[in-house]
Amino acid sequence: MKLKNNALALDATDLKILQALQEDARQTYTAVGKRLGIAHSTVYDRIKRMEQYGIIEKYTAVIDADKAGVKNITAIMTVFTDPKESEKVAEKLRESPQVLEVYTSLSEELVIIAKVVAENQESLHAFIANSVAPLPGVLRIRTSIVTKKFKETQFLIVNDRKNLTFIKENENHNKIGESRP
Amino acid sequence: MNSRILRTLPREKAFYFFTSIGNYTGESAASLKEFLEKINVVNVKSLEFHLYRGDFEKWITEVLEDKELATEIRILRSLNYSGTILKEHLYRIVAKRHEELSGNF
Repeated sequence: MKLKNNALALDATDLKILQALQEDARQTYTAVGKRLGIAHSTVYDRIKRMEQYGIIEKYTAVIDADKAGVKNITAIMTVFTDPKESEKVAEKLRESPQVLEVYTSLSEELVIIAKVVAENQESLHAFIANSVAPLPGVLRIRTSIVTKKFKETQFLIVNDRKNLTFIKENENHNKIGESRP
Repeated sequence: MNSRILRTLPREKAFYFFTSIGNYTGESAASLKEFLEKINVVNVKSLEFHLYRGDFEKWITEVLEDKELATEIRILRSLNYSGTILKEHLYRIVAKRHEELSGNF
């Protein structure tokens, strides 16, 4: 872990710590240290530093919605936009609690892809009709309702030095997500 | 009253044409006149989708505030038309009402 131009450079040990936390964020510093063969105080220092620099954004719980009795539906929404307005549309979508993920993509046209949850088909439609279609720059929308989930995971740290990146202080985008409790 | 029904609405109050849940065609209508024009523009699937969900009646009653036209559309819904026949009937009903309101205005 080094500082370069006010940015935090992660080393292999940091990545191993992140990997361990992604598997189980509730394990103790001692357990992580034992696993990696380093002192718990080193683990503590490095975790605190990564928290401070926003590399570790938060610790959260991964919930099995089915087991929790939550009957939400999930949909993948593709929003075709006027290129001049796409950033604003994506920003607006980002503010909606129904929208879990938002991406922009350029294939033949500039599109925004968003993962949306709703209580049922009616509330999904109401959200898209009342809050997405009226946004300036929205040209058309295609929505697919998810019928079966085969896999869903968080972004996982790959401990590969070639992929090490510098993460600037106060950088808000493309941060590494957090893992399960 | 007629002028209120014929007014142009802000974009958040416009009618947005979908073909099914979440699938927006890109067509919208911000007034009764524009709604009439769009009946001939949008795919008939969109008209069927909205008519049988009661979306037209709801928008015409709650946003345009035209109970008479909403009643006409409710009657049309009860006839279970589809395809071109539905499109023609809907156009005729809305055109007639638009003409009445514009004439009296």
